[in-house]
Amino acid sequence: MSVANPVLRPADVASLQEAVREHPSVWPRGAGTKTALQPPEGAVVLDLSQLRGVVDYDPQEFTFTALAGTPVREVEELLGRHGQYLPFDPPLCGAGATLGGTLASGLSGPGRYRYGGVRDFVLGVRFVDGEGQLVRAGGKVVKNAAGFDLAKLLVGSLGRLGVVAELSFKVFPAPRARRTIRVDRSDFEGVWEVLRALYTSPFDPEAADLVPPGTVWVRVAGRPESLAARVRRLLDFLSHGAQVVEDDGARVWEEAREFRWVPSGWTLVKVPVTPRRLPELERELGRGDSRRWYSAGGNVAWVAWPGDVSPLAAVLDRLGLRGLRVLGPPGPPFVGRPELDGFGRRVKQALDPLGRFGPYA
Amino acid sequence: MDPARVIEGLRTIYPADRVLVRPAELAPYESDALTAFRARPVAVVLPQHRDEVVATVRWCYEHRVPFVARGSGTSLSGGSLPVPGGVVIALNRLNRILRLDPEERLAVVEPGVVNLEVSRAAAPYGLYYAPDPSSQPVCTIGGNVAFNSGGAHCLKYGMTSNHVLAIEAVLADGEVVRFGGESQEEVGPDLVGLFVGSEGLFGIALEVTLRLVPRPEAYRTVLAAYRSLEAAGDAVARVVASGILPGAVEIMDRLSIEAAEAAVHAGYPQDAAALLIVELEGEEPEVEAELKELLEVVRASGAYEVRLARDEVDRQRIWKGRKSAFSAVGRLSPDYLVQDGVVPRTRLGEALAEIERLSRRYGLRVANVFHAGDGNLHPLILYDGRRPGELERAEELAGEILRLCIRLGGSITGEHGVGMEKRHYLAEMFSEQDLRVMRRLREAMDPGRIANRGKMFPEAQETAALRTA
Ligand SMILES: Cc1cc2nc3c(=O)[nH]c(=O)nc-3n(C[C@H](O)[C@H](O)[C@H](O)COP(=O)(O)OP(=O)(O)OC[C@H]3O[C@@H](n4cnc5c(N)ncnc54)[C@H](O)[C@@H]3O)c2cc1C
Repeated sequence: MSVANPVLRPADVASLQEAVREHPSVWPRGAGTKTALQPPEGAVVLDLSQLRGVVDYDPQEFTFTALAGTPVREVEELLGRHGQYLPFDPPLCGAGATLGGTLASGLSGPGRYRYGGVRDFVLGVRFVDGEGQLVRAGGKVVKNAAGFDLAKLLVGSLGRLGVVAELSFKVFPAPRARRTIRVDRSDFEGVWEVLRALYTSPFDPEAADLVPPGTVWVRVAGRPESLAARVRRLLDFLSHGAQVVEDDGARVWEEAREFRWVPSGWTLVKVPVTPRRLPELERELGRGDSRRWYSAGGNVAWVAWPGDVSPLAAVLDRLGLRGLRVLGPPGPPFVGRPELDGFGRRVKQALDPLGRFGPYA
Repeated sequence: MDPARVIEGLRTIYPADRVLVRPAELAPYESDALTAFRARPVAVVLPQHRDEVVATVRWCYEHRVPFVARGSGTSLSGGSLPVPGGVVIALNRLNRILRLDPEERLAVVEPGVVNLEVSRAAAPYGLYYAPDPSSQPVCTIGGNVAFNSGGAHCLKYGMTSNHVLAIEAVLADGEVVRFGGESQEEVGPDLVGLFVGSEGLFGIALEVTLRLVPRPEAYRTVLAAYRSLEAAGDAVARVVASGILPGAVEIMDRLSIEAAEAAVHAGYPQDAAALLIVELEGEEPEVEAELKELLEVVRASGAYEVRLARDEVDRQRIWKGRKSAFSAVGRLSPDYLVQDGVVPRTRLGEALAEIERLSRRYGLRVANVFHAGDGNLHPLILYDGRRPGELERAEELAGEILRLCIRLGGSITGEHGVGMEKRHYLAEMFSEQDLRVMRRLREAMDPGRIANRGKMFPEAQETAALRTA
């Protein structure tokens, strides 16, 4: 943005509410790691970095509650000390991503393959709505069907339905051992077949990513005493071209989570897709300059794009897909079909009647 | 509106044989599995095509006639209880599986498809639909979506909400909307997440895209018997703390064990005060390794008998006893109320002891059979509706249990929904402010307040809130 936006750094939830009430246009920011998502002109940035800290964590419950500006890394370290983790590999945590930002951008890393993404682990939220009111939804227990599930609604809401102040998550016991297998084939079709076979098999890996032109990365996690047997069986199943990676693959998963493979200055777009459609997408995108990383068993295409994204938008449109801009130069959040449908429009109107949080398009 | 005019209006949409109006025809629709309540609708319509559902909703909106969508009527919270003078839209005939795509691991179904039918259709491909409410042989996907239903196997893979990819719905003012997609990932707000669990207050789901998962390679099912319910409750915390992630952790108390045994001969140890069922699932080598540790943990937790299901038949028998427990307990008593509050898992033992105390104080038997791994209680309060005042006493006891759950930091419902039964307790769990936002959302989808009116939010309170808004 050329025009600098004013920034407020509320020190507590009450001042956050006040800030929302006092300004006609506000825009929440965690650590700003999703660089392509920037405030509209004139909006007051609500920097949530002061709303930070875990407020409730009982390891025996496998749940925690933390303020929205808490860095995910901090939470991961805390959980790790108790042998627990957030299984969905929240992205950009090395860069400082916050819990609130992870929820609001709706991003999950390779680990979402096994147990689901951020939407599947959030239990409850407290958020500030368009009238500056603090609203609680969901709860702190692992199961809860009371009232509308606004915590899920806010996943991917990009700060445009409300400002998340506090979140509760469930967590899982962390696997004590991991191995990474890489499978190489001479062409995309070849590795794609590998991924698809794995996708419908009873094998239970933690992550399965496909990196063009010809590699599938599979991460197996669990108990140390059974890992060798599991890896052996998986190698058999994946057959030729499959091998265990030396360093447990930590490097490649880190690269995936932090998007280190994205050249600096390029735009990174998240495109939800299904495994069957990968070849089609690959045919369209493989010709040009872009780079792709297919994650979560082929349910998301991360596309890195140099320069103006309108050609990408055209491709996505043609394929009936839609993307979210994550890294790179700022721009409107959605790439491809931008519209919210009737249901989404009504939600927006109900939660933000005054339009303080800005439109989606 | 004059009933005759409602019927006349509905007959412009349906042939006469699919508009039920005679008392004898209406009777089966007058209540759901919360049998303490009944209400007579003006008519029940039986759509066979989604367009008929849409036309009905539009007609109802135009004439401000309340409607209630109904699947199989197994709601335990009065969710499908008719609104007097309104219309029931019975969706059982919309029961086609429109697409089953094993490679993409998804199924597109109409709302009246029975839960278990999805798994049955997926079985030849080694896939299944994970959420497994005990009512799964009869309850519908539409009802599951409305309530975000769970089941015994939600610990690892979540509830209905975690398995719905896309929804097409007609909102309560007749607009047809579609959200979500075929991918497990999305961009933009999670509208599917909002719709699931909205208890029919937004409108009617017409088509639901479900995620299927590969059937685990191996199951190991452990049955452990305890001398006290509290000990079983505490064992759950130990299992959870051990770092094992079971597919299911269930508890049954003495009353439900006896009832289940009498009903289906599950082969449970008869002298137990409580049974713990823990099921592991996954890859064979992993499950075997977990089993070793699980058996150690369970033995150390004070179980006096520990059994392992010998084979699939044995395993099915164990589950049959558990899953038929509600109806089995029902045979012990003319009537019962089921609560499904949630408590933090570390407080299970405490909650169970308190429920037992309450049961004695109220002089009403309470059977417990529940999703212990999730901290999701299911106290069944036995009463006899023919004895004056007993229903009221049962309801009062139920209320105390709900408050107990709130006090312990839990929830008034884990999976059965608020419905009409718990609507007065929602306000004890959420602030007026929280509820105002929920009502505003409801209002946005249902400006005429005709969809499942009186559920989740008490009607009078709702009207008052609208006046001040
Ligand atoms: C013996 C027994 C065991 C049970 N076990 C469990 C269990 O383990 N876990 C659990 O979660 N529940 C359980 N239940 C409760 C019940 O089965 C579930 O709530 C189920 O999802 C209801 O499905 P249904 O088709 O019967 O819906 P109904 O009772 O007909 O309707 C339920 C609600 O859904 C709404 N609805 C129905 N179809 C639609 C639609 N297409 N669009 C929008 N709204 C709709 C209705 O208006 C109503 O509010 C049990 C019930 C019984 C009787």
